[in-house]
Amino acid sequence: MRKSVLLALALAALGTLLLSLGSAQNKQPIIGLITKTESNPFFVKMKEGAQQAATRLGAKLLSGAGKTDGDNAGQVAALENMVAAGAQTILITPSDSKAIVPAIQKARAAGVMVIALDSPTEPASAVDALFATNNYQAGVLIGQYAKAAMAGKPVKIATLDLFPGQPVGIARHNGFLAGFGVAGITDKTAQQATAPQVVCSQDTFGDQAKGQTAMENCLQKDPGINLVYTINEPAAAGAYQALKAAGKEKDVLIVSVDGGCAGVRNVKAGIIGATSQQYPLKMAELGVEAGVNYAKTGKKVSGYTDTGVTLITDKALPGVNSKDTAFGLANCWGQ
Amino acid sequence: MSEQPSVKTKNLLGRLPSLTVLGPFVALILAIIFFSVQSDRFLSGPNFSLILQQVMVVGVLAIGQTLVILTGGIDLSVGFVMALGTMVMTKFAVELGLPPLLAVLCGVAVTTAFGLLNGLLITRIKLPPFIVTLGTMNIAFALTQIYSKAQTVTGLPDLLLFWGNTFKLGGTVITYGVVLMIVLYLLVWFVLSETAPGRHLYAVGNNPEAARLMGIPTRRVLLLTYTIAGFFYGIAGWLLVSRTSVGDPNAGQTENLETITAVVLGGTSLFGGRGMVLGTLLGAIIVGVFRNGLTLTGVSSVYQVLITGILVILAVTADQLSKRRG
Repeated sequence: MRKSVLLALALAALGTLLLSLGSAQNKQPIIGLITKTESNPFFVKMKEGAQQAATRLGAKLLSGAGKTDGDNAGQVAALENMVAAGAQTILITPSDSKAIVPAIQKARAAGVMVIALDSPTEPASAVDALFATNNYQAGVLIGQYAKAAMAGKPVKIATLDLFPGQPVGIARHNGFLAGFGVAGITDKTAQQATAPQVVCSQDTFGDQAKGQTAMENCLQKDPGINLVYTINEPAAAGAYQALKAAGKEKDVLIVSVDGGCAGVRNVKAGIIGATSQQYPLKMAELGVEAGVNYAKTGKKVSGYTDTGVTLITDKALPGVNSKDTAFGLANCWGQ
Repeated sequence: MSEQPSVKTKNLLGRLPSLTVLGPFVALILAIIFFSVQSDRFLSGPNFSLILQQVMVVGVLAIGQTLVILTGGIDLSVGFVMALGTMVMTKFAVELGLPPLLAVLCGVAVTTAFGLLNGLLITRIKLPPFIVTLGTMNIAFALTQIYSKAQTVTGLPDLLLFWGNTFKLGGTVITYGVVLMIVLYLLVWFVLSETAPGRHLYAVGNNPEAARLMGIPTRRVLLLTYTIAGFFYGIAGWLLVSRTSVGDPNAGQTENLETITAVVLGGTSLFGGRGMVLGTLLGAIIVGVFRNGLTLTGVSSVYQVLITGILVILAVTADQLSKRRG
């Protein structure tokens, strides 16, 4: 049975690996952070911010995530495990704004304060508080910029969106159109709006490769497109690839949302015209601070806190407030 | 008829439980000891009840996957077919206003039909299971999105949530869904080990040609296996709806690999013909224990993925070694 011995040794090695990962128990405040995925730089930055704040304030941070964007069951399991681990506060970026609600209700019934970061739940009242970018406002900023940049020229717009039914995607899309001057859209509009100028709308799931495919298809549909709204900067990078392949990259303005470091560098390189920068680190920091405060004083936070958004471009236009890419790079997230 | 390790083997060495049977037990016990030392919240009835709740959906899906893998096949459509079933159940009940039980039956009928479709394509047109289920996986996903318009269904009637209800056993709250999962495992274990159809399934997986020559209707066994697997995906869908209280069109997207992981960790051979369905339950629980334990000890969940990967390699290695020995 030499092979059994080998197997036992391998398992023992695994056990040692685990031991080295473990940590001591004590009575510090416990705060859980559940992101959509572990790999997206936006969430990596968010986790970094939460870890810094937790270390500074002497709290213990637990982290968890779904396996893919949209993995509700994974987030539910993480939520339950954190309640079992004794977390008094849980910060969550909901993958599915509706489906996560019953699990959040159970956690809150157990006395846990739940704060949504980045994206709201449906209904928004399902959580104690929301710390997030005003995604509608993020859209409005790039819409206004695009309007000033096109300066009355005839416009054909392609929108490269997130995926159907996602409130963040709808808010940015509608904000962009409202900022561009399309009438009848407000931040209360629940459906993805459209306008006569919009000749093509495609879902990209915020993915560069899917963004490229979407842009290629839009150009097939209407080669005259001269303004592209993108849900985020990876989608924008994909759109640029498609435009470049078609030799149109000089004639088309791309606007985007996020403010990741790669995205801001693309603004600097002229690939993206302007982007609305958001601040994941700040969301997490505020969340951890609120959690530590709750553990110490028993006071919960409530309502919506806007963590701010800034228009980043190197081609500032009159009548549109913006900061340059030097500011953007100093405040960006990711690599 | 099969290479199942059994008491009939003559020498002493053969009587010892093989690595593939012992491995998952050892891994599970080591993990439990480790996490008990690391967290004072791990070793408790309520926490184990929670772990079982978290594995019940994958656990029931993995019964179907075990049956398919025992025949030497594989099913990639698992979670996607389940998701379609949950959308049918929830939308039929909420939007069409069908009696809840009828809505559930419709959902299970749809997943069973998908299993039948898999089986027909594999046995009639003789396509490889990998490709057939890759196709039906995509079809089921697309139908789910089209039918649900990518919208989550809420406000479900009580019957759909039945398996999430609980009862108390010595101070620990247990959900009915966990009981159902365990009952289904015991049932399938009995059928596989004690009945003729069960032994036929092993025979087909071991050597289809020999099985056919022995007069076993191999095509019918395969067709039935995939159809029954589809039925289990429907039941798993009902459990999922009960657990999350919603119909979620994005559910089930990683369950195909999760069920294969549970099956492999449980010591069932991917080459077919060898393995135990109860091992699969252990495999699913091992993954659940790591996910829960690592969260309790404050370790990032990517380490769960790392450890699952290592365990899968160990399990497959053990399978190869025991195959060589046997």
